[in-house]
Amino acid sequence: MDLGALFGSFDNFLSYTAGGLVFGAIYALIALGYTMVYGVLQLINFAHSEVFMYGTFAVAWTFIFFHGTGDATWSLGKAIPILLVALVVAMLMSAAVALLLERVAYRRLIRNNSPKLIALISAIGASFALAEAMGLRDRFAAWFGLDDDLADYVSPDKARDVYSNPVTIQPHELFTIGGYGVTDVDLVVLGAALLMMLALDQFVRRTRLGRGIRATAQDPESAALMGVNSGRVVQITFLIGGLMAGAAATLYMMKIGSTRQNAGFILGVKAFTAAVMGGIGNLRGALVGGLVLGVMENWGSAVFGQEWKDVVAFVLLVLILLVRPSGILGEALGKARA
Amino acid sequence: MSTTTAPSKAPSVRPLRRLGLWWDGVVDRYNRQPLAIKIVEIFLVVALVYALPLLRPPVITTQEIDFGGVMFGCAAYALIALGLNIVIGYAGLLDLGYIGFYATGAYTVGVLTSYHWHWPFFLALPLAIAVTMVTGVILGAPTLRVRGDYLAIVTLGFGEIIRICVKNIEWLGASSGIKDIAHPNSIGGGPQPPFDRGGLFDIPRLEWNGLVPSVDHDHPTAFLSFGAIDAVPYYWLLLTALILVLVADRLIKASRVGRAWEATREDEDAAELMGVPTFKFKLLAFAMGAAIGGMSGAFYASGQSGYISPDSFLLLFSMLFVAAVIVGGAGNRWGAIAGGVLVYYLPERFREFADYRLLVFGMALTLLAVWRPQGLLPPRRARRVQRAEEEIRELEGEGATDV
Repeated sequence: MDLGALFGSFDNFLSYTAGGLVFGAIYALIALGYTMVYGVLQLINFAHSEVFMYGTFAVAWTFIFFHGTGDATWSLGKAIPILLVALVVAMLMSAAVALLLERVAYRRLIRNNSPKLIALISAIGASFALAEAMGLRDRFAAWFGLDDDLADYVSPDKARDVYSNPVTIQPHELFTIGGYGVTDVDLVVLGAALLMMLALDQFVRRTRLGRGIRATAQDPESAALMGVNSGRVVQITFLIGGLMAGAAATLYMMKIGSTRQNAGFILGVKAFTAAVMGGIGNLRGALVGGLVLGVMENWGSAVFGQEWKDVVAFVLLVLILLVRPSGILGEALGKARA
Repeated sequence: MSTTTAPSKAPSVRPLRRLGLWWDGVVDRYNRQPLAIKIVEIFLVVALVYALPLLRPPVITTQEIDFGGVMFGCAAYALIALGLNIVIGYAGLLDLGYIGFYATGAYTVGVLTSYHWHWPFFLALPLAIAVTMVTGVILGAPTLRVRGDYLAIVTLGFGEIIRICVKNIEWLGASSGIKDIAHPNSIGGGPQPPFDRGGLFDIPRLEWNGLVPSVDHDHPTAFLSFGAIDAVPYYWLLLTALILVLVADRLIKASRVGRAWEATREDEDAAELMGVPTFKFKLLAFAMGAAIGGMSGAFYASGQSGYISPDSFLLLFSMLFVAAVIVGGAGNRWGAIAGGVLVYYLPERFREFADYRLLVFGMALTLLAVWRPQGLLPPRRARRVQRAEEEIRELEGEGATDV
């Protein structure tokens, strides 16, 4: 333990905090998917991490499609056009996976009002299958004799290895906060995440569909009696979760640059932690929870060492569930006022 | 799930239900016999299961890998599934971090018999069980109060924390793991390679040429000799432990404790109102499940290779264990055993498809949860409830609403 690393100087403290906020923003975006589904259905969408993972691959594929596989280092400005395309592709990809998930793993269980644990098990199975399908993509391509044509995308024999974006985005330092160089990438990640959250928050609060979502979250039966199509609301909930995960995937690839078929798991658990921390079912809570988790985790890794970062996040989750299971801002999507 | 209204989906469900009915028939027929015949039959079946790695029946024997080792793995998974069945099936608590207890048991034995001390295995085993049980209580006491679905995530976190801890703590061998873990004590002299196999006496095994068996004297198994070459004695030891746990499981399930678990699982509030201290019983289930997981881990650690490392305890295995219990039928001990054996055996038998096993597991888990949440061999009570519900639905003519 090295408390001095964190609290020794105010500069260190600030720099760890700023670094944590950037990751926290990505957690928050993923957490939205958990929070939306939990708010409406009271189910833990365990497979949401895979929705995110598919998004990260979509980003890398987009770059390969436009740029090829040659390694390159670009500044953010040069990468922005492709990044925007990648954003759209990743959002579509993640949304498609999320909708597929709803259709295959959940719809029948929701209609039959099955126990929640069964839905959780179904989601765990789907999570496995999705991650493995990505890890076996070279085999699937080989079945159709496409592994040569698609070699860059499916990476034969290496489908389970780390899969990198060919274009490394070189962050450009804009200014420093207590020794932490804040880069343009950091600002874009933070800004984009906040913007998406704001848009979603307004969507749920102000639009007709948003009202339907809130109504279903409050009381599904009454909502159905009032003419809300609950099946449609569930689909939209998954769709929104998927879109946000796709955006998170793009930001993640901007910042980290590589992914793999099991990349979703740890991030998913952390995003879920963030959702619970902020108050699951609460959109603004997801933001607060994500940022707090990102910062705490960074502080934790400063004090205990990098290898304990994940443990810090898990211990935090356990503590929060014990001390304040309803989270920082309290639960319930339905209570959000217009 | 009404079979009359979904003709296209029905065939996928029917064979499974028939399996359940067939199993009911087997149990009924067995129960109707006089006690003496029952004992003889049980004895024969147990003897057959013990002899399986020596009989090496064609078709089910794995060709590429040592069949004794595979049987050991099957027994280990069956034991784990049996322990997890108490937690998931009886008490209804979804534990996604069961591997944590398995690792705790394995590492306790590793530390006690090799890494820091040199205890004999049979002295370390009870301590490993006790340590895991205490771990279960320490983890369960705070977390069992949270909601059921949160419990799943907390245990998931715990499973991962344990792995990260053993990977980063030097005292536990860090990422290189622990080797030379003590084997169980041999009786009649330990093996002295290359010539003396040790043990009390040698037992030859069968070799099959097509369907014609012949006795193979070249690969004998030394009785009660635990070395690095032959996995069969480990299988026998583990099978003995499995049978003891099975008997204990049966007694507990039929006792007041078992009924309390069932009541808690079905409706916690109602159980509490009826005077069942649900928290205590949930904690008991958690601790017992942990102890059995720790026991299995201890046997695994002192197994043929005598080596453990953090990579032996990936979270993935937790999911496989849960899959074993759910696939087999949560709440039915035979279902859990069948699930555990299937989950280990199938990928080993069909090695050429081993890469696809997780994909298949994932899809099977989802399909089972969606189409047959009770598992292959659900407890009889669940089957009776289902039959009754279907009859009611048919009488009410409501079948068409639920497709």
